[in-house]
Amino acid sequence: MPIFDNELDMLKKKVLTLGSMVETAIHDSVRSLVERDSELARDVIKRDHLVNALEVKIDEECVRLIALRQPMAGDLRFITTTMKITTDLERMGDLAVNIAERALELNEEPQLKPFKNIPKMAEITEGMVRDTLDAFVKGCSKLPYEVINRDDDVDNLTVSNFNELLALMLKDPKIIPLAVKRTYVAKYLERIADHTTNIAEMIIYMCKGKMIRHTSIDE
Amino acid sequence: MVGELNERYIFKIHDFNIFYGDFMAVKNVSLNIEMNKITAIIGPSGCGKSTLLRALNRMNDLIVTSRVEGKALFRDIDIYEKDTDVIELRRRVGMVFQKPNPFPSSVYENVAYGPKIRGIKQKSQLDEIVEHSLVRADLWKEVKDKLNESGLSLSGGQMQRLCIARSLAQEPEVMLFDEPTSALDPISTAHIENLLQELRKTITIVIVTHNMQQAARISDYTAFMYLGELIEFGETDTLFVNPENKLTEEYITGRFG
Repeated sequence: MPIFDNELDMLKKKVLTLGSMVETAIHDSVRSLVERDSELARDVIKRDHLVNALEVKIDEECVRLIALRQPMAGDLRFITTTMKITTDLERMGDLAVNIAERALELNEEPQLKPFKNIPKMAEITEGMVRDTLDAFVKGCSKLPYEVINRDDDVDNLTVSNFNELLALMLKDPKIIPLAVKRTYVAKYLERIADHTTNIAEMIIYMCKGKMIRHTSIDE
Repeated sequence: MVGELNERYIFKIHDFNIFYGDFMAVKNVSLNIEMNKITAIIGPSGCGKSTLLRALNRMNDLIVTSRVEGKALFRDIDIYEKDTDVIELRRRVGMVFQKPNPFPSSVYENVAYGPKIRGIKQKSQLDEIVEHSLVRADLWKEVKDKLNESGLSLSGGQMQRLCIARSLAQEPEVMLFDEPTSALDPISTAHIENLLQELRKTITIVIVTHNMQQAARISDYTAFMYLGELIEFGETDTLFVNPENKLTEEYITGRFG
């Protein structure tokens, strides 16, 4: 394999490693909340610096390749996409940490009610993250479009979750501190899905050279 | 004349073939070159890019076995029409080559030579043309005190700018550049590239280059040729970021062959 192809391949592998670290962090953070596992929550928080370090490493590698290889066309789109999506992935890692932090707080209190919406949202979001990373490996496919469409499901669940909790809060204002933290968690998941959508959009750019951000998907 | 000024394309090339004997060096190329823009022609060695460039002012006539088929228009002039005034064509469509090739005479004489041949004899007028051309070639400040020294005593980058000044003294409408910086260091190259951007305001530029970064940096349009054919032609921004043709992609990303 020519040296540059090899370097691009290594870069891709690093992005996938970062992606899988973030995917695990999201999964574990939600589990630490639903299963009231504070040890796991602390572990998610502790692992975040690895995500940050890898993000910086990937960024540096992208800059190095731009400087030394002067990439063009598909290579250029791959490297610029990588730079952008690692920023999104790192932010997603931060949001997983936020979920873990809320879990630590909520785990100290009696459970308000069994979780219903949040596990559902987590399942969809994790699926979106997984498929986005698959799309990044496979290149051009329908996957990123499907991912973008699924973002609406997460948005709808965020609203349902909020409305259900709002009704409970109106009935019993004493639960407000706990209920608000639960709405935060839903919001974090919703933001994770948004970042995933950004990544899917960048993958479409990487494949087709067309920016679809801020346009409807049909355009 | 007004009609000419309103024309968008200064060259219109249609179904154009160039042969060296039996060998077809340029195959069926159709291409319009926009006025006051920089058009770069890229492609691997032997793809016909220099041949196509040299056809634009009939430099290929110097090769006895060469012949062409198809149409190549410079404004409303059929370049290969029998009665086309080739001397006048080459005045209007100047050329600068890979290796700086000043005449073995003074800096002044290098620039004044063309205007003198054209019949300009008055010293003051020649002085003015020489200064103006050297200023336009961004060389005046460096040579104004050594106009009588040999053009061959200058540095490589200065010699190349002297050749540009020599061509500018003929008041060309187009300048063809055949790898003008491949023998120059990066600083002289940047100097020439900046100069081309300046010249583009008044002159149409067509440049053949092996340096893809150079094509990407300076040109408005890029043509990619391979085995004599024009594979892709379009805006430079698009061609280097999102080329349509797989061959173009392979060539510009260095995965050719």
